[in-house]
Formats: sequence, C-alpha cells, structure tokens
Amino acid sequence: MERIYLDNNATTIVDPMVKQAMEPYWCDKYGNPNSLHSFGTEVHPDLRVAMNRLYQGLGAAEDDDILITSCATESNNAVLKGVYFDLIKNGEKNHIVTTTVEHPCVANTCRFLEQQGVKVTYLPVNQDARVEAEAVRRAITEKTALVSVMWANNETGVVFPVREIAQACRERGVLFHTDAVQAVGKMRVDLRVVPADFLSVSAHKFHGPKGVGALFVRRGLKLPPLLHGGEQMSGKRAGTLNVAGIVGMGLAMELANDSLEFEEREVRRLRDKLEDGLARLADVMVVGRRELRVPNTLFISVRGVEGEALLWDLNKNGIAASTGSACASESLEANPIITAIGAGAELSHTGIRLSLSRFTTEAEIDATIRTFTQAVGRLRAISASY
Amino acid sequence: MPKNELIGGSLWEAYSKKVAARMDNPVNRGELTEEDARKLGGRLVVADHGAESCGDAVRLYWVVDDKTNVIKAARFKSFGCGTAIASSDMMADLCVGRTVAEAAKITNIDVERALRDEPGTPAVPPQKMHCSVMAYDVIKKAVALYQGVDLSSLETETIVCECGRVSLGTIVDAIRLNDLKTVADITHYTKAGGFCKSCIAPGGHEKRHHYLVDILRDTRAAMEKDNLHKRMETEEFASMTMVRKLKAVEKVFAEQLRPMLAADGGDVELVDLKEAGGAWEVYIQYRGACMGCPSAGTNTLSAIEAVLRQRLGEAIKVVAS
Repeated sequence: MERIYLDNNATTIVDPMVKQAMEPYWCDKYGNPNSLHSFGTEVHPDLRVAMNRLYQGLGAAEDDDILITSCATESNNAVLKGVYFDLIKNGEKNHIVTTTVEHPCVANTCRFLEQQGVKVTYLPVNQDARVEAEAVRRAITEKTALVSVMWANNETGVVFPVREIAQACRERGVLFHTDAVQAVGKMRVDLRVVPADFLSVSAHKFHGPKGVGALFVRRGLKLPPLLHGGEQMSGKRAGTLNVAGIVGMGLAMELANDSLEFEEREVRRLRDKLEDGLARLADVMVVGRRELRVPNTLFISVRGVEGEALLWDLNKNGIAASTGSACASESLEANPIITAIGAGAELSHTGIRLSLSRFTTEAEIDATIRTFTQAVGRLRAISASY
Repeated sequence: MPKNELIGGSLWEAYSKKVAARMDNPVNRGELTEEDARKLGGRLVVADHGAESCGDAVRLYWVVDDKTNVIKAARFKSFGCGTAIASSDMMADLCVGRTVAEAAKITNIDVERALRDEPGTPAVPPQKMHCSVMAYDVIKKAVALYQGVDLSSLETETIVCECGRVSLGTIVDAIRLNDLKTVADITHYTKAGGFCKSCIAPGGHEKRHHYLVDILRDTRAAMEKDNLHKRMETEEFASMTMVRKLKAVEKVFAEQLRPMLAADGGDVELVDLKEAGGAWEVYIQYRGACMGCPSAGTNTLSAIEAVLRQRLGEAIKVVAS
C-alpha cells in the first residue's frame, strides 16, 4: 500500500539533498571541530558555510548569536531558564508572559518556573485562534522579564502577530522570545522584520535531520548557558558540535527558504483543495481563517466522529495525520490548544490535523479526500451521536 | 521505568488483535427497531450513556424475551475512539443469550477480558480502560429501563474507580489493613487509579465524586486519631499530664463507675485529684441513693478503688468527701 504522509507538523522527510550533504561526516570527515589537527580543522569550512546559511536564512546579523542546540525544546528551555537565572532569580523582575497554546516545551518549562516562584501570565487565544499584540501589551508589567509567543501554532497553523508583539516588547523594554518551529520553511522568518531577542528553530520540521536545532540570541544579550561544559559555541552552549546535523540544518534552511514561493503557491493550493474537498462533508468545522494560517496546515473537526477513531481508519488506509483528541494521548487529557480555542467541548475529541509539505502530491490529496470521506461515512454510521 | 516506556507512543501497539479486528469491523453495530422486536417476539430496550462532549457516548439496543427475560439480540452505536467501538461490540456479544439479571453482572473488566488475545495480556492499555469500556454503565441503564426501576436502586455501593470497579469500602479497608501511605500503594493493592487515573486527584480526564488523594488523607487522619486513643489507653497513668490524668479518670467514671452505681439509683462525681506521697488521691462525692448508704464508705468505696486501679494502675487511692 502506498502511504501518504500528512503529518508534517510533527516531523518531515529529510530532503534527499540534505541527506547527501550530511553523508561525508560519518566515516570520512569525522573529526571533532575543536581538535587542532587536520581531522578537526578540515570540517571548519563546511561548518562556516552551514552557519552562513543559518544566519542568512533567519536574517541574523554578524554579531548576533545563532547557537546550535539539540532541538527546539532545548532552545526554548535555554531561553526561559536563562532569563530566570539572569533576570529573575538574581534580579528585580519576576514575571513572564506567554500563551495558553504554546508547545509543551514552553508551557511545561513555564510551569516549572512557576514552582520556582516566577509569576507567569498565560494569554488565551481569541476566536481567530490568535493572541493579539494588544493583549500582550496589556499583560506586560514593570516586573515582566520576558514575553514568549510562538510564531505559528503547531495544531492550527495560525500565525501570530509576532512583529507587533516584538515591537510592543521593545517599547516596554521587555525581552521577546518566539518559538518559530512551525514557521520556518512555511513562511519567511526574518529577524530584520521581526525584532525578536530570541528565536528557536528545529531542523526536522523543515526537511532537515532530527536532533539538531538552533537558538538565535540578539547581539549584546547575555544568556547563561543551559549546558555547561567545554568551550564550544564560545561556552554559550557546551557539547561536541553535531557536525553532520549542522551541515544538514544549514542546507535544509536554504532549501526551505528557496522553496517559500512554491510553498506559498503550490502547497497552499493543495491544502486549500484538501480543505475544500473535506468541507463538502456536512457538519465539519475548520479552525482558523485561511489567510491567517501557514500554507500547509488544516485543522478540522468532524461532528460525531471521535478523532482517534478517524485517525485509525486513515492509518488503516495508509494516511498519516494527527489528532488533538484526549483519547489519543497517553494522559487522556484534552489537548490544551483545542480547549483554548474554546470552540465547544466536542472539538476536543473530534479534531484532526492534516499538515502538508513541499513533497505532498496532488494525487495524494485526491486520495486523502476520498479516504477521509469514506472513513467519516463509516464512523458516522456507527456513531451514537450523529 | 520500563525500557519501552522511555520511547513511548505505543498506544496502538498495546491493542489486542481482537480489539483491532472489532474496530475495523464491529459486527454488532447498528440499531434494533420495534419492528425487529416484534419479529423476534420480544421487547425493545434502548439505553444511552455518555455524551459527545465527554468524549464517549454509547447507545445499547436489546430485544428481550418478556417471559424468560433472555436477551435475544443486542446492537450498539458508539461515538468514541476505536477501543470504545470494539468494546461496545464485544459487550453486545456478551449480552446475547443471557438473562437481564445475568447481563446486569457484566462489568467493564469482563468485556476487556473477552477482548484479550492471551489471558494474561490486557486487551487495551490501562489508560484506555475508562474512555473505551463503558459496558457496566450502559447495561445498568438498560436493566433499569427493562425492569422499570430507578437506576440508583441497582447501585449497591459507592464506586471510586469506575474503570476497575473498585468501591470506596474496598479502598478504605485496604488502606487500614495494610497501612498504605501513598496513592501508588492503593493502586498496587486495589488497582484503583491504575486505569484512566481520573479518580486519583481532581483535574484528571473526568470529574469524580471521590478522589484517592482525599480518601487516603481522610483515612490516614482517622487512623491517626484511633491510634491516639489507643495510645492514651495504654499510656502509664503516672507519666500522663495533669489534664490527661483527669480525662482518664473521668473516662472511667463515665464508662464504668456511674453506670455501676446507677443500677442502684446512686451516682458519683469526681471532685479533685491530688498527688500524695507517690500515690494519686481521687476525691469523689456521692450523689443520689449513695448518699447516706451504709456501704458507701466501705464496700462501694473499695469497689470504686478496685475499678480505678484496674484501669489506671495501683497507685490510686479513693477518698470520699
């Protein structure tokens, strides 16, 4: 059976060109870049190319820092805990502003910091599934050390007004962090346009390898390291450099940015086709207006059909999607994002997320519309509530 | 932590083959109508449980033979995850051929066991027991409807853990008998809280009337109180504080002496308690028929002293004032 992968917000296929670019660093150029000998130094030019690609890709300046991390979870932890150690524990401030729909790596880190005595404001989303800059502006106090708001939401694909939020933070002299994991590769992420102080990315979300991410730190800002150790990354993030990962992430970012026009035109067209196709079913609801979303994401609720059951039927037919349904999580807790959208309790059990990539084909979308429609038909025939 | 749990995400891998097969093709899905009931020569019963907003809703259809009370046919409809569909399907299977009274005894555990591939391997992972297996509740409703009785009359005990059908009494007994100190202990001994975890503490998957954290706290507090009383009884009279001494003496008065005298229309009151040369002098005042009774200064006084000595120790002397 031909399988169809529509869970690109969870992870993506590694671009074959990226895989090829990473190939030399396993058995050939395997030196440690911190070594003085030729094995170590011969990878330096390649790392410089990769770093240039990252700086260019994100619109970072020469004297900004882009620290290589193991993932966006690490990047986000480094920012939140670094700000805690630098500005809160030993300083005057004691407040962080974030949203109710952040990824667990921000949400749970904030909860941990609350246990350390930090006050955290969790801003809810509005009916557009967005947090507006005005809400952030109102939440900032004299004591606020940091605002952390994601660039685009992982479940709904809704893009947040990070430019306005960054400006609001700048006006109030508050640091601004944005988790851009779901934005890179789907839209232009340019730090010259959005004056964020910290920004997190993860390579595997844009056709790079797993296990490597990055953290942008604007020039002049000091952030205590999360990982202490050797002098890698100027001591700002210790640990032997993940050479293959860095090379892969650098190329993946360049390829992703080169594909943005395609993403905006072709991926959006296929996503919209899928959305229109599924919207022909009665009693379905899509979360977030199209024009507010990244081009690849569709979050749809199907009345009378529980999310995990639908996911099971799709998987049975080779289609990979994702659900925010409580029944599909280890904890059985309703997905906080779905709850936060506030579109009725039913939605927390019926939401399905379909996320495309530049590798998704029209034939796959056509097949998905057919299979999805059949699955909904079967499950609604069984359903006690439809 | 088990090695495999570190990787996680194995929810679907933990479903039995029977569960998967019934998710794919639930043979008892659908409805039964009055027409079906008439053809089968029985009475139609339709029971609902749950709601879409709770994440699970199931409707159970029976055709029951009025004379024998035997369930001749069963069907279901279910809004719920795959395991809810599979277990509803198995539940319908288990109903057919049984009498209504027999069906009333079918629990979630029976359904889960019937869905196992191997007797020792659960059919669904523990956290799916609750949201997927709702046989007990919907069957109880069907029984109540068929018998025309109130649902509450069928509930005989307070259930704390719906998934494992563990009652409040079982949990309290387990805590007391085994001196359990943590919720994990309770789960280990009774299985309560080992499934969907809703009953452990507020804020879980589902709101509950009773939570294990509260039951544990209250039971431990009650045990602590009992222990205190026990300690007080066995504590040496001499080492007690003055207040405790007074209370101990008064307790003997209330429990033994006054009932003893009351049998003859008499009564006695504690007046004072003093230390005198290593002994404790208990000053009493007779009341009622005891006043002026000839034996009040002899036999009755000795009897009172004997009781107090037996209860509180030998160093006690009773003085009638």
